[in-house]
Amino acid sequence: MGDMNEEKKIEQGASDSEVMARAKAVLGPMGVMIHTHSQHGDDTLVVQAEDILKVMEFLHGDEGLKFDMMMDLTAVDYLGAEEVHPYLKPMNARFEVVYHLYSVEKNHRIRVKAPLTEESPYVNSITGIWVGADWFEREAFDLYGVVFRGHPNLKRILLYEDFEGHPLRKDYGKMKRQPLIGPVN
Amino acid sequence: MMDTIIAFVKQPLVMEVLITLVKIGFIFGLTIGFFAPMLAWVERKQSAVMQDRVGANRAGVFGITVIGLLHSLADAIKLIFKEDFIPRGAERGLHTLAPALAVIPALVVFAVIPFGGQYTLWGHDVSLVIADLDVGILYVFAISSLATYGVVIAGWSSNNNWSLLGGLRASAQMFSYEVTMGLTIIGLIMYYQSLSLVDIVAKQENFWHWGIVWHFPAFVLFLACAVAENKRVPFDAPEAESELVAGYFTEYSGMKFVMFWTAEFIEMVSISGMCVALFFGGHHIPFLTQDFLLNALGDVFGPNWGGVIVMLIGIGVFITKLVILLVLQMTIRWTMPRFRYDQIMKLGWKMILPLSLCWIFLVGVGILTGVMPTP
Amino acid sequence: MKEENRKQGYDFHEASRTETMTINMGPSHPATHGTVKFFLTLDGETIEDIDVEIGYLHRAFEKECEAQKWNGVFPYTDRLDYTASVLNNVGYAMTAEKLIGIEVPERCQYLRTMISEMARMSGHYTNVGAGALELGALTAFIYFIEARELLWDLIESVCGARLTHNYVRIGGLTNDLPDGFRENVKRVFAKNRKLWDDFDIMLTKNRIFLDRMRDTGGISQKDAIAWGFTGPCLRATGVPYDVRRAEPYLVYDRMNFDIPVGTTGDNFDRYLVRMEEIKQSMSIVEQCLEQMPDGPINVDDARWRMPSKDDSSTKMEPLIFHFKQVIEGPSIPVGEAYQAVEGANGELGYYLVSNGGGKPWKCRVRPPSFALTSALPLLVKGSLLADLIPTFDMINLIGGECDR
Repeated sequence: MGDMNEEKKIEQGASDSEVMARAKAVLGPMGVMIHTHSQHGDDTLVVQAEDILKVMEFLHGDEGLKFDMMMDLTAVDYLGAEEVHPYLKPMNARFEVVYHLYSVEKNHRIRVKAPLTEESPYVNSITGIWVGADWFEREAFDLYGVVFRGHPNLKRILLYEDFEGHPLRKDYGKMKRQPLIGPVN
Repeated sequence: MMDTIIAFVKQPLVMEVLITLVKIGFIFGLTIGFFAPMLAWVERKQSAVMQDRVGANRAGVFGITVIGLLHSLADAIKLIFKEDFIPRGAERGLHTLAPALAVIPALVVFAVIPFGGQYTLWGHDVSLVIADLDVGILYVFAISSLATYGVVIAGWSSNNNWSLLGGLRASAQMFSYEVTMGLTIIGLIMYYQSLSLVDIVAKQENFWHWGIVWHFPAFVLFLACAVAENKRVPFDAPEAESELVAGYFTEYSGMKFVMFWTAEFIEMVSISGMCVALFFGGHHIPFLTQDFLLNALGDVFGPNWGGVIVMLIGIGVFITKLVILLVLQMTIRWTMPRFRYDQIMKLGWKMILPLSLCWIFLVGVGILTGVMPTP
Repeated sequence: MKEENRKQGYDFHEASRTETMTINMGPSHPATHGTVKFFLTLDGETIEDIDVEIGYLHRAFEKECEAQKWNGVFPYTDRLDYTASVLNNVGYAMTAEKLIGIEVPERCQYLRTMISEMARMSGHYTNVGAGALELGALTAFIYFIEARELLWDLIESVCGARLTHNYVRIGGLTNDLPDGFRENVKRVFAKNRKLWDDFDIMLTKNRIFLDRMRDTGGISQKDAIAWGFTGPCLRATGVPYDVRRAEPYLVYDRMNFDIPVGTTGDNFDRYLVRMEEIKQSMSIVEQCLEQMPDGPINVDDARWRMPSKDDSSTKMEPLIFHFKQVIEGPSIPVGEAYQAVEGANGELGYYLVSNGGGKPWKCRVRPPSFALTSALPLLVKGSLLADLIPTFDMINLIGGECDR
């Protein structure tokens, strides 16, 4: 059994609004935020893709937030469903990279999203902040074609090297076939 | 015509050759014909019993399955007719030679293991050992070290990295454990003052002179080394299926695979045979001398038939002890997880070797001071 | 050692000119259950470099889910972590319910908790048993497989499937408990406890097993958090993070259970944590059965639940709702939600986006073993080839979950 005090800390933690307040207080003046919401109790920050490193460094390093774990990283293709989020259309954004962060110490979560346009699906890699993001970024690149700048080894992970296209994009037909490839050697 | 044949056979030399051939035939039948298929069955059934399941029971002829015994037969038929596959780039000659090199030493070791005593039947001296060598124990070690070649060559000639790793592991392991195994029974040799297994068995007629009585630590060490030499769990790093696929025999199929398989079982039998001869009094029954049996049975059946019955009892006792040891080895195999390769080497060189040296010292002191009365 | 030799003017490595060996371990190798490929560079038996290649079991989970109605996703979720299927069901259903904003009845919550814990036991049995198998202890493996089979008998009596248990629906469950379930649980758990003890006796204090597991594949707390470790592998390092305790969902806040944590984060601690969790899960199942109230197992609102088969074949209104559910799917409100449950391997999170249609716009699952496997090079580099086996096993890569 772990230390009882430590468990108490995890149980209570900081309340969600505190996280949001702190994030807004610091990130707001930096001018990186596009939108925030707390739908279904999930605190969400929508930030400029080019500022993602700044935001992540703050969330990771800030004493009050201390998001030490990168829980999940994925991308979403909103082609044909831009009305889901109000900020997508004005930005002409098609993709959104979604980060779910968690703080083991403080026991709170936050969702960070970075909208990307179809023409420049580029975002900086956060592997320098959380090493664990390595494979998650490769997966997002593999399936959505989002390019993570500065990633040490950005190549396909779930699919094979010769795969053409990015299958989770909405314009990739579900029944689309790939050319047959033989063994390499 | 008949007379000349009988006269020819009655010549002492011819008789000697015939008796030896019969003994060789018996050993072949016992190992390849009986123990190899039976052990395959025991391995399946004993593991099944230990693991709370039914075990192999499907192979049958016209619905008769004989508690799964026919599986060995089915295996043999399947494996004989299986394609003999040699991978591209393999050394064809050596690849074919390796299984033979593995199985022959395992069989040849039996030449010096006595499976009974000496009997006089119809005027002929019959000694139930194929070759009573003065240096029987040395012969055993010399021959069993040859088995390493089979394994190493199999690993190298297969042109497969996993096989090569398995072969390397096997060679290192077998060489180290040979040294250690030799040392574990030095104390025993000092005690019996002989290198001949026949002599050693003869000196164990009295139960209190059995090897196990005075040399129990040596027995434990010897059995550990012997299992390691045989590469069975927990020492099966050379063929660890989760690491090296199947180790040195990854690329073998059909009859060649069977040869490695049988070699393992025959080695188990020969290890048990050595243990019985060295530690468990060979064919002797505790507290019952052979002379007593010969006299008692000779009175009833006459000296010749009495001798035959005593001989059969001796063989039966030998095989019973053998089977007990085999079951012990099987139980170990189905209980233990596997050592890591470097832990095997550490155990051999840093644990068993010093312990056996200590034991040699203790036995020496015991014999000199008379605490350990030699037979 | 090398440096010392060099200083003395004798470089053993130079003198013996050793070369490294590159070798493919997998995709079809006995140790790589779940198909994964390791591209190893070996110096003798020491792993100099390792490149992990996954994706052999990729079956377009997300793409398929986007093409299914909300309820049609369930069979795909079963096949994520197929050793603990229902946990995936529960996670998905809870996320969808979070999107809708409904809460399922109390009895349903108890049943979900109970079946989740059974799934966790099944996952741990498979993992720990397979770990023993890989180390050559086949008998111990079969003990746990027997325990798992008995457990699966129970789950089968509830949901009708043995491997890909499919029990949970949005807004409820497929059916209630069968008759005689409590007695069966009592019988099966008695036998399971005995098998657990036997397994424990065979391995936990076995010197060979200890030598293989202790001090292999260890990771520090800091690294584990940075690499996104969750579940037993994180708890083995001493971090008591468990979603069940940190953010109690269902009725876990009413359950009395311990979170076992390790100290060193090596394979042996992972093993011990899992072994203890099996016991804790058994106790949670028993507590659930004790406290479980009577009542409905589905939400009242017919928009969100599948009508029962009996009703839809005899009554008009349920038939219409059934038709709408199957053909159109529930029109879940526009939005996004992330919900984590404690899977057998760690935090199993679902991130769903709805555009108001009958199908999920995005159905992302956060696979715990994906993050764990990505740290494998860190865990095994510099150790022996043989250490890769227990480490890989205790990481517990489930192909279905990692590759999706």
